[in-house]
Amino acid sequence: MSTQNTSGMAYWKANVRLITISLVIWAVCSYGFGIILRPLLAGIKIGGTDLGFWFAQQGSMIVFLVLIFFYAYKMNQLDRQFDVHED
Amino acid sequence: MELQTLTYIVVGLTFALYIGIAVWARASTTGEFYAAGRGVHPVANGMATAADWMSAASFISMAGIIAFQGYDASLFLMGWTGGYVLLAMLLAPYLRKFGKFTVPEFIGDRFYSKTARIVAVICLIVASLTYVIGQMKGIGVAFGRFLEVDYDTGLYTGMAIVFFYAVLGGMKGITYTQIAQYCVLIMAYTIPAIFISLQLTGNPIPQLGLFSNTVADGTPLLAKLDQTIVDLGFAQYTAQKTNTLNLVLYTFSLMIGTAGLPHVIIRFFTVPKVKDARSSAGWALVFISILYTTAPAVGAMAMLNLANTVQPGPVAAADGALEYEARPQWFKNWETTGLLTFEDKNGNGRVEYRKGDSNELKVDRDIMVLANPEIAK
Repeated sequence: MSTQNTSGMAYWKANVRLITISLVIWAVCSYGFGIILRPLLAGIKIGGTDLGFWFAQQGSMIVFLVLIFFYAYKMNQLDRQFDVHED
Repeated sequence: MELQTLTYIVVGLTFALYIGIAVWARASTTGEFYAAGRGVHPVANGMATAADWMSAASFISMAGIIAFQGYDASLFLMGWTGGYVLLAMLLAPYLRKFGKFTVPEFIGDRFYSKTARIVAVICLIVASLTYVIGQMKGIGVAFGRFLEVDYDTGLYTGMAIVFFYAVLGGMKGITYTQIAQYCVLIMAYTIPAIFISLQLTGNPIPQLGLFSNTVADGTPLLAKLDQTIVDLGFAQYTAQKTNTLNLVLYTFSLMIGTAGLPHVIIRFFTVPKVKDARSSAGWALVFISILYTTAPAVGAMAMLNLANTVQPGPVAAADGALEYEARPQWFKNWETTGLLTFEDKNGNGRVEYRKGDSNELKVDRDIMVLANPEIAK
């Protein structure tokens, strides 16, 4: 196997790892805290309701935003590290 | 000046602006026509994507649905925004990296198959046509109303204008008209929300106002809303009313759907680099979230104001409900549209808004956003 290929595979592996971590957080904050785990969070009160309601109507969107920018930042780092960046 | 003249001037100026942008940004090459010469800044592209993607459903209907369904309507908020995470990580950068203009081109080349490409084209046309039918209905209604002509004439006028600037300006022209649209749309949505939030909670930021205490008696807004509508016989605003599996699947389908929209995907072809495609999805979500985090506040506050207007006194008291003869002007205005109806079932001349058969007031969900500022007065 050539160095080119090994490096390509390592890049892809790092890429998939980053996507997996991000999508786990994505699912836990929306489907988890916002819907399925909401009863577990019912004890944590926030502004007249519970934390699950906040996640469902506001928190999940904030998490999505942070996730996309975090992913973009990390991917740019990976692009440089593996020398596949465009600039 | 008469209102009609004013409407003509405002609508005329908007058209002039759009056509002006189309002429200024007119496309001369294929790359310019399909992908705006791949020169759109990721922030500008994000704003254009946001305006392109948010239609009447987001702008008019969503807060109304939230107002009447409370927590359950969260599935629209999470579903329609969560798709952007999938788009940013699984689709946009790869499609941009491929460097072609359309998704069928990508599929045809990736699978070395003309058949696959034709299947993709058919899927795209079916999805786009379905989408365009809904939007064209909106154009017909809006133009018919503004120009005071019948629905068909309104539709053809609107189509001619859209056709003119899209063909002339291509993707670049569309990008800049959409940026202009976003600015108008977001101001029209947030300014009333800011004032209503200020009035109810003293907090000028609706997103914070939703979780603040009310000015009236210091109780949290959502707790007060829960109590108010429970008194009328409805379930708690913040409670879950449909089953969990339904909520999860519905949210999931909306996320997948958002990630697959052809007119959103093509926007990621317009940015200069793969790097920009990634951040562009983030910027799109920034601009979408400004509206999407305001919507739950608009919904909750509209519901609280509506309930307090029609039920100013205690539910148990005979004179607790609003007297029909003393109904406010907005009530009368919406009655003429037929979207708000009152039927005095028990003949006491009072508007009794209740859960179940004894309810005397029917409110169309879609009027909530438009009527909200008037209800708050």
